[in-house]
Amino acid sequence: MDLHLQTMTELAAGLERGDFTSVELTESLLQRIAAHNDKLNAFVTITTDEALAAAARADQARIAGSGGALNGLPVIHKDIFCTRGVMTTCGSKMLDNFISPYDATVVKKLADAGAVVLGKSNMDEFAMGSSNETSYFGPVHNPWDLECSPGGSSGGSSASVAARFAPAATGTDTGGSIRQPASLTGTVGLKPTYGRVSRYGMVAFASSLDQAGVITRSSEDAARLLGVMAGFDERDSTSIDQPVPDYLASIGDSIKGLRVGIVRQHFDQGLDEQCGARVKDAIAVLESLGATTIEVDLPNLDLSVPTYYVVAPAECSSNLSRFDGVRFGHRAENPEDLLDLYCRSRGEGFGDEVKRRIMTGTYVLSAGYYDAYYLKAQRVRQLIADDFKQAFANVDVIAGPTTPTPAFKLGDKVDDPITMYLNDIYTIGANLAGLPAMSVPCGFVNDLPVGLHLVGAHFAEETILRCGHQYQQQTDWHSACPEAFE
Amino acid sequence: MSAAGLNSGWEVVIGLEIHAQLATKSKIFSGSSTAYGAEPNTQANLVDLGYPGVLPVLNKEVVRMATLFGLAVNATVARRSVFARKNYFYPDLPKGYQISQLELPIVEHGEMSIADTNGNEKRIGITRAHLEEDAGKSIHEGFDASSGIDLNRAGTPLLEIVSEPDLRSAKEAVAYMKKIHTIVRYLGISDGNMQEGSFRCDANVSVRPMGQEELGTRAELKNLNSFRFIEKAINIEVERQIDLIEDGGTVVQETRLYDSDKDETRSMRSKEEANDYRYFPDPDLLPVEISEEYIEAVRATMPELPVAKQSRFVDEYGLKGGDAEILTASRALADYFEAVVVATDATAQIAANWVIGELAGALNRDGKDIGDSNISAADLAGLVSRINDSTISGKIAKQVFEAMWEGEGSADEIIAAKGLKQITDSSAIEAVVDKVIADNPGQVAEYQAGKDKLIGFFVGKVMQETKGQANPGQVNQILKDKLKS
Repeated sequence: MDLHLQTMTELAAGLERGDFTSVELTESLLQRIAAHNDKLNAFVTITTDEALAAAARADQARIAGSGGALNGLPVIHKDIFCTRGVMTTCGSKMLDNFISPYDATVVKKLADAGAVVLGKSNMDEFAMGSSNETSYFGPVHNPWDLECSPGGSSGGSSASVAARFAPAATGTDTGGSIRQPASLTGTVGLKPTYGRVSRYGMVAFASSLDQAGVITRSSEDAARLLGVMAGFDERDSTSIDQPVPDYLASIGDSIKGLRVGIVRQHFDQGLDEQCGARVKDAIAVLESLGATTIEVDLPNLDLSVPTYYVVAPAECSSNLSRFDGVRFGHRAENPEDLLDLYCRSRGEGFGDEVKRRIMTGTYVLSAGYYDAYYLKAQRVRQLIADDFKQAFANVDVIAGPTTPTPAFKLGDKVDDPITMYLNDIYTIGANLAGLPAMSVPCGFVNDLPVGLHLVGAHFAEETILRCGHQYQQQTDWHSACPEAFE
Repeated sequence: MSAAGLNSGWEVVIGLEIHAQLATKSKIFSGSSTAYGAEPNTQANLVDLGYPGVLPVLNKEVVRMATLFGLAVNATVARRSVFARKNYFYPDLPKGYQISQLELPIVEHGEMSIADTNGNEKRIGITRAHLEEDAGKSIHEGFDASSGIDLNRAGTPLLEIVSEPDLRSAKEAVAYMKKIHTIVRYLGISDGNMQEGSFRCDANVSVRPMGQEELGTRAELKNLNSFRFIEKAINIEVERQIDLIEDGGTVVQETRLYDSDKDETRSMRSKEEANDYRYFPDPDLLPVEISEEYIEAVRATMPELPVAKQSRFVDEYGLKGGDAEILTASRALADYFEAVVVATDATAQIAANWVIGELAGALNRDGKDIGDSNISAADLAGLVSRINDSTISGKIAKQVFEAMWEGEGSADEIIAAKGLKQITDSSAIEAVVDKVIADNPGQVAEYQAGKDKLIGFFVGKVMQETKGQANPGQVNQILKDKLKS
């Protein structure tokens, strides 16, 4: 039984039939992780004991007929989600010693549904990065080519799902941190509408952009998990009080008549030609299923990266002020005075990329610069959101590339932040506008996976999940497994 | 040394920023208790501690309280207000920022009337009032070389009430602050306890040559937490500024601290050293949006305010204006007075005299508030009723009052137990009068020769004989009748 190759939906059916137990499933995946993680460095913490205990409880619950929607099914949490009693590092030296006294809402919801957590995945430090190279715990390697980046910041999650360590992992997406790594590892990555999933217990990077989501191998699994994760949380004022639909109910419906928007600017310069070709092929598949394509214009799209790199650092500079060496996290040895305690605790605890963004953010919020940067960026953000709104008056989804290129080599861009930032050029718009978006595997370029990016209107997760699912019914890119991990 | 107010040629300009702690049960953004005086850090949860991943959730009660305040001072209550982050590092500020309101506060453009130095009514503008969270406390004693942090107060809701620079003397500043103090307690939105820091202010003080339009450079006096200190601190600061300018110096914009031991103000930090707070809207909180219906619903709960209550006390109870003002100084006192009035047939003025006189004196003596008076309003009404129906005289009543204060029982119980019932039986009084006349033939002769003042001597003697229990009016009448013959 190749349990590791099965999707969550298939594993759920197997557990239900009694083909295997959750303990057997968990043991087999933990063995794979033990055998192969060294190649990838996908984990910060592997929670073997907790996982086996949770699996045993799930098996008991199944016998008692009481298990939840994810009873006994394995998942991995990005190490940005607070987990009670287990280290939560956020990929930083700053939190290398931090054990959260509480569970994030996402963690609690999955646990309540019976999910078995195998571990905490490696990530870019405080989710700031697009290659997983900013992690204090070292870079994660791409299962398709160990010399390549798995993307970031949810690189440990994407690599784990691609390497068949688990059928699903949680992630967070502030500018593309779920979708870009999904694209670079041949997995499905879903970022829901801003406010759809609670941010409570997610270590904050940029509060107005951060959104929790999932990395899976099928749209169907993403729909299954989203149904459990989504919903209003009274602990998060920005979560939205709107009923959670049954995302699986409509996923099998045809996409005949679906209006697919194609953004002309997406295929301009900057996009790798072969990547563009794979994406166009994918759009042709959608058309063959009865979808119609309509060209749409997002005139301010080119402003999304600069806008993002004002808004996100501004919020991060404030959000990361709480890491001051006083109450938790890294504290400098023998501080001379208060200023020394602050300067050295933060200087030692944060890595270069985090410092770069704190400084950028501090600058753009400073007296005399606030109007020129932060306020202007907020206005442009509104323009971008308006562009999308106008586009969605005529189309149901917008389809295009997730990233400009396939996975790049580790070390290639790490010294060139601007080039690194441009990796998120297609994904950032959805964060600025708060829209749901996902990446679905749509082929290979030079044996490296490429993703199709689908963006929906606010709360139109059902539409993009159905579109992704119908596409995956016609293609098997997502079933391809990296050779070293078969 | 020039006393403030006598600074001829100089005009004093003061604006106050009052911090009123709102009387909610839980904090502004978390469920922790706001009760004062708990062991350090026992009332601070993960939100108050600024743990990774936690988020603030607005306590809706503070919106109601701020709305009520806005309506009470004729202000505009904003349909949409926005919380912003004020960023700075300090150990008692766990998140590294304070959640406050900057550009869009919940209350704007209010006003408050005070009596100026000449007793005339003067309108003081209230620029704005905004909601914010308090910081924790640093404790420097008892930790050797380091400091302790108590975060019980972190996240306590504050309403910061900012006045226009309309105040022209320390006395006006105190009068204004007292008015605000009264209002917030009337509204029940703050306990106004200044010792516990629930009500404190910063004063922006400047001086300018009389007649000059342009404002002088101001100094900000921080954390003044008693009416007495506010007056002293402002006067000292005014004097310092005038002396400085007259000696050819210039006032620098800075924050100063008042030292009550040395009675001086000291520089804390200048404008150059001031923090750049990098305010921006807090992305964790939605704008506070309230409807016209909400505002009207809050308005419907508005209690009677001091000014209205004062004129009603004059109109409805026929009280003297001064008494009405004293009785309406706090809602609790006014409520107590009215409870006495409804429970007795005596006139409201008599009730007022007793509340303002004996009761206030006893409270003051024991350092108590009206809320923990030893004598309930119903019991005081019982005492006043016994005066009104002539069971006891006013003099005896004071004796009864003291016994009541000491917890010896109700007025009736004490009168009965001590045999203090007034003698109103004319024949009994006549017998005593006859005895007094018989015992003092000399004084009788003098009185009858025209020395009318001696009537007091005879009354005194009769009261002495009756242990004060004879009805003084009757005694007077009978004496006069008998001495005539």
